[in-house]
Amino acid sequence: MTSLFNDNDLWGPLDPSADAGYGEDRPARKGFFTDTSICIGCKACEVACKEWNDVPADHFDMTATSYDNSHSLNANQWRHVAFVERPAGPAPVDLGMPGVAPTDAVSAGSTAGGAGSTAGGLLDNGADAAPDFRWLMSSDVCKHCTHAACLDVCPTGSLFRSEFGTVVVQDDICNGCGYCVPACPYGVISRREGPDGSRNVGIAQKCTLCYDRLDAGKTPACAQACPTQSIQFGDVEELRERADARVAQLHEAGVMDARLYGNDPDDGVGGAGAFFLLLDEPEVYGMPPDPVVTTKDLPQMFRRATTAAVVMFAGAALSFLGRRP
Amino acid sequence: MAEAHPVGFQWVMEAKARGAKVIHVDPRFTRTSALADTYVPIRAGSDIAFLGGIVNHVLSNELDFRDYVVAYTNAATIVSGDFRDTDDLDGLFSGFDPETRTYDPSSWQYAEEQEERSAAQADDSGDTETQRETAAGLQSESHGMQVQGNPPRDPSLQHPNCVYQILKRHYARYTPEMVARTCGVSEEQFLEVAQAWAENSRRDRTTALVYSVGWTQHSVGVQYIRTGAILQLLLGNMGRPGGGIMALRGHASIQGSTDIPTLFNLLPGYLPMPNAEEHQSLEQWIDAVRKPGSKGFWSNAGAYGVNLLKAYWGEAATPENDFCFDYLPKITGDHGTYRTVMDMIDGQVKGYFLLGQNPAVGSAHGRAQRLGMANLDWVVVRDLFEIESATFWKTSPEVATGEIVPEQCRTEVFLMPAASHTEKEGTFTQTQRMLQWREKALDPKGDCRSELWFFYHLGRMVRERYAGSTDERDRPLLDLAWDYPTHGGPGDGEWGEPDAEAVLKEINGYEVATGRPLSSFTEMRDDGSTLGGCWIYTGVFADGVNQAARRKPGAEQGYVAPEWGWAWPANRRMLYNRASADPEGRPWSERKAYVWWDEAAQEWTGHDVPDFEKTKPPTYLPAEDAEGVAAIAGADPFIMQGDGKGALFVPQGLIDGPMPTHYEPVESPFRNPFYAQQANPTRKDYVREDNPMNPSPPEEHSEVFPYVFTTSRLTEHHTAGGMSRYVARLAELQPEMFVEVSPELAAERGLENGGFATIVTLRSAIEARVLVTERLSPLRVDGRVIHQVWLPYHWGEGGLVTGDSANDLIGVSLDPNVLIQESKVGTCDVQPGRRPTGPALRELVADYLRRSQGTTGEGERP
Repeated sequence: MTSLFNDNDLWGPLDPSADAGYGEDRPARKGFFTDTSICIGCKACEVACKEWNDVPADHFDMTATSYDNSHSLNANQWRHVAFVERPAGPAPVDLGMPGVAPTDAVSAGSTAGGAGSTAGGLLDNGADAAPDFRWLMSSDVCKHCTHAACLDVCPTGSLFRSEFGTVVVQDDICNGCGYCVPACPYGVISRREGPDGSRNVGIAQKCTLCYDRLDAGKTPACAQACPTQSIQFGDVEELRERADARVAQLHEAGVMDARLYGNDPDDGVGGAGAFFLLLDEPEVYGMPPDPVVTTKDLPQMFRRATTAAVVMFAGAALSFLGRRP
Repeated sequence: MAEAHPVGFQWVMEAKARGAKVIHVDPRFTRTSALADTYVPIRAGSDIAFLGGIVNHVLSNELDFRDYVVAYTNAATIVSGDFRDTDDLDGLFSGFDPETRTYDPSSWQYAEEQEERSAAQADDSGDTETQRETAAGLQSESHGMQVQGNPPRDPSLQHPNCVYQILKRHYARYTPEMVARTCGVSEEQFLEVAQAWAENSRRDRTTALVYSVGWTQHSVGVQYIRTGAILQLLLGNMGRPGGGIMALRGHASIQGSTDIPTLFNLLPGYLPMPNAEEHQSLEQWIDAVRKPGSKGFWSNAGAYGVNLLKAYWGEAATPENDFCFDYLPKITGDHGTYRTVMDMIDGQVKGYFLLGQNPAVGSAHGRAQRLGMANLDWVVVRDLFEIESATFWKTSPEVATGEIVPEQCRTEVFLMPAASHTEKEGTFTQTQRMLQWREKALDPKGDCRSELWFFYHLGRMVRERYAGSTDERDRPLLDLAWDYPTHGGPGDGEWGEPDAEAVLKEINGYEVATGRPLSSFTEMRDDGSTLGGCWIYTGVFADGVNQAARRKPGAEQGYVAPEWGWAWPANRRMLYNRASADPEGRPWSERKAYVWWDEAAQEWTGHDVPDFEKTKPPTYLPAEDAEGVAAIAGADPFIMQGDGKGALFVPQGLIDGPMPTHYEPVESPFRNPFYAQQANPTRKDYVREDNPMNPSPPEEHSEVFPYVFTTSRLTEHHTAGGMSRYVARLAELQPEMFVEVSPELAAERGLENGGFATIVTLRSAIEARVLVTERLSPLRVDGRVIHQVWLPYHWGEGGLVTGDSANDLIGVSLDPNVLIQESKVGTCDVQPGRRPTGPALRELVADYLRRSQGTTGEGERP
């Protein structure tokens, strides 16, 4: 039987724009490689994104979690820079500093909640006096999944696969049903709830990889603004090679924590169009460790539903058959 | 650097990717530390001890670049036998006068072979009290010391009074143990930095020292930089690629605003503002700059001065009337920004122009700033938004305390909307002295106008008002050459936008008769046949082309990229680059080749414009009686110095000593571990009731203010917030004033993350949200634990996000050389909870004053 679904439609490696029906003359798939090892947390990406895409600024309260005052990715935050204050190495030792009780102060917490202890060793003026401590920064963004559940569940066709292989919301088609919101395994997309007077309130919003700029042959605003090339834009194929080379370089330099996230076409979303080089576990940055496209099981569910329907139909038929002597 | 200069920091990251090691020394762990290979926490205000320790490490292990040091620095020069060091006098140099708290630098001079001191040298060793009042150190920014040309030298560096031996003795007590005790840095970390620096500085390696301007904001600010300079000279890192001392300026074109200055004591091109007493004629003024008989490029100062006067007064400036020298305003003493604020409070100032500056938030001692402005007849504020310096009369903290009553405040505020940098053409001069032309991207909205428009038309209108005057005192105004062409823009016709290129052409200079632009300041004449507004900028309009507008991509030229923009002087990208070659003119190494002597062509050549006379061979030796440029030998790279040598020891030009020495900050919880002398003895204090300083040892009650605070910037905001707090997409990034404290201090004072804390000094008390973070760590200094807190200074009561201003905490105490305030270190108390409001705020501060019996205007301070 020919399935409604082609091989790897919802799972596994795939060229998403080809799968969406774009012809041979389609452009190469575009994406981001975000190298967090050189991110300086300047937030230029957040600001450039909001300026170009006219995303409103709507929160003017301090979170007191390191320098992260933009909370998370959401309809009003298409780029989000995480700041993670993290003690590294073995648990710090309290040296019993005179006059200072063991602290129970809430540390400038992080998404990882890891920075809650003292760095007592600093007082020793000894070899361990250097803060054995890391401040990780990472600019997060929509992953533009190869298998994008948000797109799969969109009933209006507002979310679509662009010729660049990216996933874009058409705000004039979206009816605000919100199906896409729980579908995203990363919690990226949401409906804009305000502020009053801003455009597209009620409409699902997220990064478009600056579809309008790509159309004009330009680099997306965030990558254009990034001063250290932490955010690199380009052909996904080429970016994946660059990322592999960078990890190898860091490993050679002794940075064994460096690892890629979202680059693998065999992962739960068929590889992300926007992937990352991280210096710690993804959870530390507030990213799901092993995301799986929420529509992965659709074929199996469909098959089971079909089987169930056939069985029910057969049962019903049998019961009718059984009545006739 | 990543915090305040993220765009520049990309090059550090690129260097790191190529294998450079990045070391970051800072009181707190910043975004720079996060990306550095090594982070070294340090006590704020202890930098001379730290760097002095590295100098000692280099000298005691003989790690200096000896060939460079002997040939290119004054290490071999022998100093007068009368000189006494801080070791002998417990923290003072010889020549100190406790009455005036200044030095007579006679004993710091080079030894004399003849009986008489040369005229050039005698001149500058004069009245240092006046020099302090007029920030004379600034006038030497590109000036150099004027010492005699051929002092006695001992190239073996063994003479007990040669600079090398003096330096070695002076820094001998800056041991790793003393560094650790003073700075709170571990000996191991200190040695790691010292070794990395020294090992990476030799024939084929160079090390760069980068600082941001907060480094200068200390009562010993100039000596901080001097310590860096000594180290870089000893290690052969000056005038060589990859070396140098990089001063990252506070914002766009700060370099430009000293080149063409907004400072009271300077005229364009670092010509000194004439002094009413000393410079009563053009000749006296010029001679004070060029120092007849001295060496170097300042010997042409007459041409530079005359060209400036011709640019100001055009046809009216003639040889007969000294080129209108009498028209120039003259200074009589300290007219610096802090003196002016005190004078405002005392009712001696009528008006104030503020251009893109927000002193109500951005300058030290905010309360004094605001009380001063509230006592003016008028203030003109030109800014993008209605900043606190325009609203002080109705919304400042002093309105809440009752010190300013809006209904009674007599100051008339003129708020003039300004065009932003994208809405006007012109140049920025960045830290490399490079001018980059900027096109206008769009017209400013509404009534917003450029500074150029404002001053041109203000001048035009004032001149029209006085047009019929026959009063002699109006001649300087009426004789001004004020005829800049205007072109399209927001205002047309009579109100058009002046042509910024025409102004740049005048700055560049041209031949009066033909209008031909000058291509070099060597074409300037002192007879009135040429004019030019800033001699060091001559060449920016060479051949009638706006050289600052050049944009040849880096990929299409060498790495020095001489065809991108234009750098003064003469498009040199690196000063003193003769030092990149050895005394014979050969590169020190192939890897670090930059400028060298081409024997075949008999000229200097290389990747950059040589900072040397092009055809002067390395073997050139001046005649005994040579003067000016001719007196510079072929192997002397530091051509603006009187002896052509890099100054490890500075016999003149500095108010507070020939060598940097550690003094405690004016406000410190510690006794100076090095000497009995506690703080910089020559610092400029304003001892007044409204400028009290927290007590410091050996004064009593310093424990009332047990913590050290330092302030700086966040990436997300711009200086005093005038360009960021009013812009939603920036304001939301850091929406509230906060204070960073270590978990240990939070425990000690019961501070909660996200809660409020009140920070108190004798000037004021402010509140801030608390950020408890391990990025700040307590240090062990002089045997006890010291907590440091950090404050950003971006907030005020205006804008989309509001908060107290950190600068309200800071008192006014200045470096004696350039009159910059000590705003990067002070002492404070920190208490949990919000500060009192209304008059109770002043009562809280008064209570601290009672408890600390702080200095309120009486008596001497240590």
